[in-house]
Amino acid sequence: MTRSRSDLVWIPTFAILVAFAVPWPLWGVDRVVAGLPVWIWWHVGWLGLCAALFALFVRSGAWERGMGRRPESSDGRTGGPALGGDRR
Amino acid sequence: MTLGLSLGIVVGYLVVALALGLVAYRVSETTAEDYYLASRSIGTLVLLFTTFATLLSAFTFFGGPNLAYAAGPEWLIVMGTLDGVLFAVLWYVIGYKQWLIGARNGYVTLGEMLGDRFGSTGLRALVAGVSLLWLFPYVMLQQMGAGEALVGLTNGAVPYWGGAALITGFMILYVAVAGLRGVAWTDTLQGLFMLSVVWLAAAWVVSALGGVGAATEGMLAARPEFGSFGGGTYSVGFIVSTAITIAFGVTMFPQINQRFFVAKSAATLKRSFALWPVLVLLLFVPAFMLGAWAAGTPVTVPENANVLPVVLNEYAPAWLAAVVVAGAMAAMMSSSDSMLLSGSSYFTRDLYRPLIDADASERREAWIARIGVAAFAALAFVASLFRPGTLIEVGDTAFSGFALLALPVICALYWPRTTRTGMIAGVAVPQAIYLAVVLSAVVGAVPTLPRTVAGGWDVALGLMLLSGALTVGVSLVTAPTEESDASRFAVVSD
Repeated sequence: MTRSRSDLVWIPTFAILVAFAVPWPLWGVDRVVAGLPVWIWWHVGWLGLCAALFALFVRSGAWERGMGRRPESSDGRTGGPALGGDRR
Repeated sequence: MTLGLSLGIVVGYLVVALALGLVAYRVSETTAEDYYLASRSIGTLVLLFTTFATLLSAFTFFGGPNLAYAAGPEWLIVMGTLDGVLFAVLWYVIGYKQWLIGARNGYVTLGEMLGDRFGSTGLRALVAGVSLLWLFPYVMLQQMGAGEALVGLTNGAVPYWGGAALITGFMILYVAVAGLRGVAWTDTLQGLFMLSVVWLAAAWVVSALGGVGAATEGMLAARPEFGSFGGGTYSVGFIVSTAITIAFGVTMFPQINQRFFVAKSAATLKRSFALWPVLVLLLFVPAFMLGAWAAGTPVTVPENANVLPVVLNEYAPAWLAAVVVAGAMAAMMSSSDSMLLSGSSYFTRDLYRPLIDADASERREAWIARIGVAAFAALAFVASLFRPGTLIEVGDTAFSGFALLALPVICALYWPRTTRTGMIAGVAVPQAIYLAVVLSAVVGAVPTLPRTVAGGWDVALGLMLLSGALTVGVSLVTAPTEESDASRFAVVSD
């Protein structure tokens, strides 16, 4: 499998991350766990998962390849010199 | 004496923020790129917190807990989904590409970027005009929030108009002196401040109520339906359409959209995305749960008042209530100053210069920008005195208006076949229909058009689909104009 093909895995991954950010399977459930309704814990865990997968995604370089750029670990300014300069 | 202390904390806080803005002003240059974009030099921490503080406003800080108090804590899920996940994904999709082509071609505003790509001053002005139109109610929302906050804090000693006037004055002063660098620096201070005070307030109230478990038990005893997910206000249609319209709307908000241009490097952008959901979670859980837990306490929240200050007045010392209101004022100010700054860049660069005076000097343009800010803020202040709805209603109207821009912009960014006519149709038609729907609720002569259909599905969601369909459909049947240049949006490695 080429790199660009394995990149496509991110599309369903993101679809699932967005779709189940709302805890649909717990619709109507009212169990309280550790002081909070269980669906609030789902939400906390899910956003943690999102942060972890987002970090993995940006590290994979799939984003650059998806936009037709050469993935690189430099500062991303390979597209040309920025107007306004790099002044700090 | 307590009143003096409360007001002293709030005003003292505003003065500290202003001082920081003045320091930033001293290191700034006099170019538009520096004033509006801090010369694209923003690093991870500041980018993260300036976006965070800009995004979170009176809508989040007061509207959110109010809704959780009235309808249940599910608002946490709605806002968490749209801000923490959907907006983060859109930040990848729209923001990164905008950053790449913005840095290469020197774009400062969204309208400028689209106008250049399609060789159309009309499209540029249309996008700026639509953005300013929806920015107006949102600036108004901050003033309403500040007015209500000070009424709540001082038990009515400071009138509603006084609070709204205070924040209006500060905003104008602030934007007139400090450019984006000052705004971004104070946003960082304000974001950290907001997070700390919300956790402090939550810890204080929860310990007064006897712990998290006891607070939830009290909430469930008073409102058993708050425990189960969904139901009541939170229909599937409401959750889905609110999450989608707001998340897409946020990306087209001038002050957020311009944040897509300011990062120092790609690494800055990447780090910010990954940290984003955690930051969202850290603020929303304590803020909205405080609102929901308040439903189980004996406190009564007067009509038109915000639940957060009322609960704090009851369970926390006066200084903490004042600090939290200062935190909320921080949230409003950090949003409003960015809005006014972005609004002024849209006005001067996309409307005034191309349409009225193309040869205006930098000095003249700078004056026009500042006068524009003052006039815009003053008009919004006057409108805020009429209180045209709740914070959530006013906010939602503005978000949906912006959301209608998102799909045409995504088309333009990713589909080289998009034409100028397609863009104009995709932007103008849904906006006109949505405006008619919003106005029909205000103008008595026109029969009221429904804002939601079939139990909570927002009409804006349908209009978003229409905007996408029109952009693609009209582009397919029209030819690209000679002035348009798809290569302006091409992203290449070299």
